[in-house]
Amino acid sequence: MGKLKRFSPLPGFGLTLGYTLFYLLLIVLIPLAAVAGKTFGMGWEAFWAAISNPRVVASYQLSFGASLLAAAVNVVFGLIFAWVLVRYRFPGKGLVDALVDLPFALPTAVAGIALATIYAPNGPIGSLLAPFGIEIAYTPNGVLLALVFIGLPFVVRTVQPVLADLEKEVEEAAAGLGASRWHTFLKIILPHVTPALLTGFAMAFARAVGEYGSVIFIAGNVPMVSEITPLMIITKLEQYDYQGATAIASVMLVISFVLLLVINGLQGWMQNRYTKGA
Amino acid sequence: MSIAIRNVSKKFGAFKALDDVSIDIPSGQLVALLGPSGCGKTTLLRIIAGLEYADRGQILLEGDDASDRHVRERQVGFVFQHYALFRHMTVFDNVAFGLRVRPRRHRPSEAEIRKRVSRLLDLVQLGWLADRYPSQLSGGQRQRIALARALAVEPKVLLLDEPFGALDAKVRKELRRWLRQLHDEIHVTSVFVTHDQEEALEVSDSVVLMNKGRVEQTGSPDAVYDHPATPFVASFLGSVNLFHGRVEDGHLHVGEHALALGDGHAPAEQAVGFVRPHEFDLLPAAANAGGLPARIARVIAIGPMAQVELTRVDGELIEVSVSRAIFDTLGLREGDHVSLRPRAIRVFHNDRLAA
Repeated sequence: MGKLKRFSPLPGFGLTLGYTLFYLLLIVLIPLAAVAGKTFGMGWEAFWAAISNPRVVASYQLSFGASLLAAAVNVVFGLIFAWVLVRYRFPGKGLVDALVDLPFALPTAVAGIALATIYAPNGPIGSLLAPFGIEIAYTPNGVLLALVFIGLPFVVRTVQPVLADLEKEVEEAAAGLGASRWHTFLKIILPHVTPALLTGFAMAFARAVGEYGSVIFIAGNVPMVSEITPLMIITKLEQYDYQGATAIASVMLVISFVLLLVINGLQGWMQNRYTKGA
Repeated sequence: MSIAIRNVSKKFGAFKALDDVSIDIPSGQLVALLGPSGCGKTTLLRIIAGLEYADRGQILLEGDDASDRHVRERQVGFVFQHYALFRHMTVFDNVAFGLRVRPRRHRPSEAEIRKRVSRLLDLVQLGWLADRYPSQLSGGQRQRIALARALAVEPKVLLLDEPFGALDAKVRKELRRWLRQLHDEIHVTSVFVTHDQEEALEVSDSVVLMNKGRVEQTGSPDAVYDHPATPFVASFLGSVNLFHGRVEDGHLHVGEHALALGDGHAPAEQAVGFVRPHEFDLLPAAANAGGLPARIARVIAIGPMAQVELTRVDGELIEVSVSRAIFDTLGLREGDHVSLRPRAIRVFHNDRLAA
């Protein structure tokens, strides 16, 4: 055998890829396949009835609408957070930096109960808003608030290192060329962090869609108004309607997957535009 | 546009980056700010640009006080050591940036911008890279694009911070020759910072030598090289041999040997003589005529010059360089004893050394 074995400059390709695929299979694909399998067993008509029930459809609108909106809100405020943490030095900065991660660590039910208590019409903040006719708790606003709360760290943590990476010289160069501060932000800083913002958006959105614990306490769970899709699934489970539950779950899965695919594609395209050939 | 720096001082905490610096840069010159790292040269350049503000003193541009003017309003072009290109923009958009961010009433039409950018890209000889992104360029190309970008806004002053510092030796040499040619073409007043004395001497009309936040000497490259005003300048520019001794009767006495200095040297108990390697005559020991005895330790005879390392009687090392032709006729070899006679000695008294 005169054939020379070819060595890849990056060793371990076969091993790591194999491990990755095996892991993905075990942790992600098999459970998801079980959901799909269970759903396939129920027949088209029952499936359609389960997923097109008006209450369920209303819950899709709330879940995906509120999740997208919450992720968008987090993009704006997460960017400001990251900006402050990267750009300025102030007393208590370490504390603020640590607090950002708290929504990651806190049991979601604790967050939900706390938010519900504070924003309830008789709560410390809710009672201040009530005279203006603003209701937070037990309305879709409450759902949005809870989803904003749990999604914040994603945007901050993805944007922060990217923003820190932007050299000071680049902004100085822009200023030296006559660009105003606003122009520099719009044309230099924002394009630099946009891929990270998109990643943060996707993660915050994905987290929000699947969120259960923190939402149900503050949502009030009024049919057709403030019921989220995960709640509909739990409700089905409690009624021992396993197939109905998996049917709704599979709809959620498909929509989430498509949306995440689109966001990732967009992000990859932006990234590619200026790093190709690098 | 001329630049005048008047009594500028700047502190970073307790560190004095600049200590009462005054320099005049005439219009149209290419000036090098030269000094070891930490001497304040980059800080001074950034103060001229308006990227940093002085604690005291003034910056006059064309006679007008610009000290309080923002970098946006100073009409300076700044080139950074690490290029600072906008990496999400093409080469073309990078160069066009300064024109496109102008307020609408001062902004040239898009057709005019295209024309000007292509002219600049031709000037830096990189027109064919207009649609590439910075990450696709080599270091030398990036720096030329950075230069084109700075020139696009037609600055009155061009400031370059270690412009070739991040490039490898060969590209560096090419680019600095090119910068000199470019300057001869466009004649914009330019200041560049470097710690490389060869670069400063080769490229600039005038060199400003800085050390520890102060200006040591200003002058044309040959003037500062041949007539260093301070011991720092003498030892910073090129290699040099030091002789500690005392000055008496027009001689520098080093140990028991006397080196003739010529007229006009006040006696001093402690003085240092500086002699460059090529300023020695190398004589066989037999022809002893008042030189400094030494022994040849090592000879590197490659190219037109022979670099000779010698040790003095007291063990100190001396570097001498003589032409190969002369060295070969002398027929000297490693281990031979010779006599060194300096053709020129610059003597500094020790009170100057403390400064």
